[in-house]
Amino acid sequence: MDIPYTVKPREDTGLFNAKVGIWLFLASEVMLFGGLFSSYILLRVGAEDGSWPHGWLNVPLGTANTIVLIVSSVTVVMAWASLKMNQFSKFKLYQGLTVLCALIFLVIKTFEYNDKFTHYAVLQKDGSYVDGHLVTKKMNAAGTVLESITLHGMQTKDINQIVDPHKHRKEKHEHKEFTIAGTNIVRFADVAKVGQRIAFRPVPSMKDAAGNTLMIGNRAPRYNTYTAIYFTLTGLHALHVLGGAIVIGFLWGPGAAMWRTEPERFTNRVEVSGLFWHFVDLVWIFLFPVLYLL
Amino acid sequence: MQPTKEAPHAHADAHHHEDPGFWRGYVFSTDHKVIGIQYGVTALFFLLFGFGLMLLMRWQIAKPGVPVPVLGPLMAKVLGDAASGGSISPDLYNAFGAMHGTIMVFLAIVPLVFAAFGNFVVPLQIGAVDMAFPRVNMASYQFYVLGGVIMLVSFFIPGGAAQAGWTSYSPLATVIPTDGQTFWLIGMVCLINSSLLGAVNFIATIIQLRAPGMTWMRLPFFVWSQFVTAFLLLLAFPPLEAAGVMQLMDKVAGTSFFLPTGLVVSAKVAEISGGGSPLLWQHLFWFLGHPEVYVLILPAFGIVGEIIACNTRRPLWGYKSLVYSVLAIGFLSFIVWAHHMYLTGMGTKISTFFQTTTMIISIPSVIILTCLFLSLWGGSIRFNTPMLFSLAFLPMFGIGGLTGLPLGFNYPDIYLHDSYYVIAHFHYVVAPGTIFALFAAIYFWFPKMTGRHMNETLGKVHFWLSLIGMNLVFQPMFVQGMSGMSRRMSDGGAAAYSLATNPGAEGALSGTMIWLNTFIAHSAFFLLLAQVPFIINFFWSLNSGRKVTSDNPWGATTLEWQTPTPPPHGNFVDAHGHINAPTAVRGPYEYSVPGHPADFTPQNQPEPVKA
Repeated sequence: MDIPYTVKPREDTGLFNAKVGIWLFLASEVMLFGGLFSSYILLRVGAEDGSWPHGWLNVPLGTANTIVLIVSSVTVVMAWASLKMNQFSKFKLYQGLTVLCALIFLVIKTFEYNDKFTHYAVLQKDGSYVDGHLVTKKMNAAGTVLESITLHGMQTKDINQIVDPHKHRKEKHEHKEFTIAGTNIVRFADVAKVGQRIAFRPVPSMKDAAGNTLMIGNRAPRYNTYTAIYFTLTGLHALHVLGGAIVIGFLWGPGAAMWRTEPERFTNRVEVSGLFWHFVDLVWIFLFPVLYLL
Repeated sequence: MQPTKEAPHAHADAHHHEDPGFWRGYVFSTDHKVIGIQYGVTALFFLLFGFGLMLLMRWQIAKPGVPVPVLGPLMAKVLGDAASGGSISPDLYNAFGAMHGTIMVFLAIVPLVFAAFGNFVVPLQIGAVDMAFPRVNMASYQFYVLGGVIMLVSFFIPGGAAQAGWTSYSPLATVIPTDGQTFWLIGMVCLINSSLLGAVNFIATIIQLRAPGMTWMRLPFFVWSQFVTAFLLLLAFPPLEAAGVMQLMDKVAGTSFFLPTGLVVSAKVAEISGGGSPLLWQHLFWFLGHPEVYVLILPAFGIVGEIIACNTRRPLWGYKSLVYSVLAIGFLSFIVWAHHMYLTGMGTKISTFFQTTTMIISIPSVIILTCLFLSLWGGSIRFNTPMLFSLAFLPMFGIGGLTGLPLGFNYPDIYLHDSYYVIAHFHYVVAPGTIFALFAAIYFWFPKMTGRHMNETLGKVHFWLSLIGMNLVFQPMFVQGMSGMSRRMSDGGAAAYSLATNPGAEGALSGTMIWLNTFIAHSAFFLLLAQVPFIINFFWSLNSGRKVTSDNPWGATTLEWQTPTPPPHGNFVDAHGHINAPTAVRGPYEYSVPGHPADFTPQNQPEPVKA
């Protein structure tokens, strides 16, 4: 039994089934990312003044990733066009380049993520923050109590210099290693007493001898609402990149066998996967300015 | 058209179709009819399960703290402390409440009304051989089962199932110390993916696989209702998926999307970063939640329309108005969601906007109901079981719809919000509304699915007892709600809000209101007994029901009745086993056309043969 219009388009709609399917799927995806972008707007508008971070992300890396994805959206079209012109070896080249771009994107993203997970802030009892990358930390023998933590970064009393490094970029800070004793760190319960507001969520595993959570946070999703929406949006997007790379990689590798038996159907598959890929690129074109630049 | 269901094509099938075997044929099938039946059977199980949860809750409300009869010892053993001594603790009551709503909406009604009947009937009605993407269809069912299993498993984890209501409002949903909410969220993601795959498939099938001559205005009304429903699922569910991902992040990764600054839990400032918005969850939830209401009701309109046209032997009155009304509802349902949120203090201007759109959406709903009522006028009505359920649907849905008007205006809603009035209102829409339409559909299409009729006498007993039971259960809730009884109280308010414990207090619940809790519990048990004839009838008829003598036992016009019974793989198969797609040459409801030899003219019948 054959389903009609799997390969040839239906006359009155001018479309084959999978093309209708992928457009509908993309409509649904628009609503998914639309929901998250709307949430971003609502959370940012609702944030207290001076609490929404700015300038935390590496713009050159983000720009590089944008270029990588734009290149991939060219190669994904070239792959499809090559099939239309019956040039299978060129298809293999362009399809392979698309997968390569996807992988480069993910590798760069991994470095960006890692940078965030190793970036800490500590609130000391004198009311000042130390903000920088983790060098080392010392726990007690049982691994339950934090003895000291060493960060490479800067010290400041003004939380705004951490929240908005872009605005304060002209102020010079000495960047060096700070080693902070666990006993010198404010407990979560005492934040208000040192005249600070809760600027981030502490890591629950770093406690003092009495079992109190200390004000040490790293820029993981939990750190604040900005990192939360940043990781959620880019994480979901990265999953789409990964999914697209798997499908496009399959059509480049074992799936390409269909070219010999059903060339037209295979070309349709490449076209449909390409439509999905363009959507993934398009989402990034929105993500980059919203998260990196605005 | 085959005059009898017996041998010829069955014989031909053996020649032209490989026997797929048990696993490919019944479990991992890609045939839309098998998948429809899989959905139907699974969803009926969940319907009964959800009903059972409700019965346990009604027991607890009527007799707070008294051990549950019969099931009590088992519950104490399986659920542990939450049901110690066999009685239902408030936590367990909350879990049952949340899961009753979730299971009924996402695992029972929508899968039945959309996935089960949509899958079985839509491709047949448009003259297609199958769905556009049969394997995607199978994946949709598998995601659904996976979601259902995750939901069921969550009852047995430490801390129990989700307890924050089917709406899962944050921060409550996030701070309750159980992983049940995490299970709920993962289960919901599975169910959302399932409905996404289904919706894409339905729309693509209706656009691409209509038989020759099956133009848009020749589509049966049921197909139109499923088409719009699929769009609602396609576009309204993803924002909830986004919200689900964010709540999952709150729960698992420690973010504060929905947790406000300064949140205090158990008299301690929560160790969170804050800055989140509880209102955001409600917006995203109800952006799905309201279209979901129309997902529940539009296919029911479609079912009732088909059955009324067939059993009045008249065309549906105002086919075009019905179609345009369904489209209008589909569009408007996306801009009414915040009428669930009048009490959040989102501002009078926003309330006014949503109040206005809510009133506007009632217009097409009324047009549909009016058209269905007018279709009865002058018909020669056959009062068989499917028709009885369809006829009862009209006033029952009418009650549900009209009682919604005070909730749509923000002023009376402030009084009625979160009271039993709300429960009565939406249950009138869904229970004697959609569920009656579902029963009608089961009795109506059972002969096509199995080749046998269900028993009429048992069917009528089932109908009358259910009709009485439903009203006895839900009418008192209007009264309780208007007297101020709040929902979500595990003892129905007896301990804290009754006149007995607060003598002379203004607005306390009178003894009659508390007594109604017991009355409703009895009525609910009566309603359970009313389903016994149906369950017996369903299983008995599978093997022993009266065999159909024709492929078109009701004398209907739409294309699903022009196939062999039950339809083989490929649907429109002729005596030689060849697929022979029909051509539609007329509209869907040509009943009692003057000059035609029979009082029905099927859509694919070319020229009426002169009598």
